[in-house]
Amino acid sequence: MLLSFFTWCENTWLGEAIRASTWLFPAIESLHLLGLAVIGGAVLLMNLRLLGWGFQRQTAAQLWRDTRPWLISSLAVMLVTGLLLFTSEAIKLYYHEAFWVKMVSLALSILFTFTVVRRIALAEAGPVRPLWNRAVAVISIVLWSGVGIGGRWIGFS
Amino acid sequence: METRGRETEARLLNFCKWLEATPWSVALHESIWAYPIVESVHVLTLCLFLGLVVMMDLRLLGMTMLDTPASEVMSRLIPWSIAGFVIMVVSGSLLFYAIPVKAYLNIFFRLKVLFLLLAGANTAFFHVTVYRQMADWDLDPVPPRRARLAGAVSLILWAGIVVAGRLIAYNWFDK
Repeated sequence: MLLSFFTWCENTWLGEAIRASTWLFPAIESLHLLGLAVIGGAVLLMNLRLLGWGFQRQTAAQLWRDTRPWLISSLAVMLVTGLLLFTSEAIKLYYHEAFWVKMVSLALSILFTFTVVRRIALAEAGPVRPLWNRAVAVISIVLWSGVGIGGRWIGFS
Repeated sequence: METRGRETEARLLNFCKWLEATPWSVALHESIWAYPIVESVHVLTLCLFLGLVVMMDLRLLGMTMLDTPASEVMSRLIPWSIAGFVIMVVSGSLLFYAIPVKAYLNIFFRLKVLFLLLAGANTAFFHVTVYRQMADWDLDPVPPRRARLAGAVSLILWAGIVVAGRLIAYNWFDK
């Protein structure tokens, strides 16, 4: 069932157009990489704060609000460019375990960031639980790293 | 003038050929794991190095963390970005060392080196000018033009470096 959906994606005009072009894939990939830098910065900044490795004069809540627009906009760029890359080689990805590692990590990262990390960051005005904060930051960094490493690994076959 | 340019080019190419023949370059080039791992480290360190550079540039542009003094954003993030930069330079040098001739002949590699030099010059210029007077406008809602310019130039150059770096993999214009 899933495979037929992936096959359908690959056969859309979009997937075909990207495959047929010399420039499109590298161009979209470059945008995807630029998005990676921004999302990496936003995620790291927030998590470094939770780890207690910087920005101690700001509350975590303030840093969450400061980085959130960049997190969301870079995530949007990543999802759109990622989807375009996906349509151009969906069937290959279906059989590539790195792709599935990346997708599971991505789902978990997004979920974890917008529930647990968000909650911890916004709640910080209350009782400070640095150890809990640090654990959350470590989990968050590990999850997001899984997305990046899985993504890089898609390129190696 | 032109002959001198050609001589330099031939000399650089010879150097790359010599480098490529060294045992470690061959080993790295032919390795199954080492090369992909170095490449992955190089790409993923983008988050640490460039991610934080982008955040600093956005602060200079007045587009994030306006409640935090600009000088504090810089002093907090510069050590991390330097750590990232060291990893970038080491892993990037190894990647070059594995394929020196191919890289040297690649137009995107040359562009990347050029952009890197320009980004370095921009950073150096920023540090001896804007950076020294940051306390004067630390919490201004709109940072001064010089600061915004430095941030914008840095963002554009680094974006160019990333794109050129990605395109090194393609040999569309190789000589």
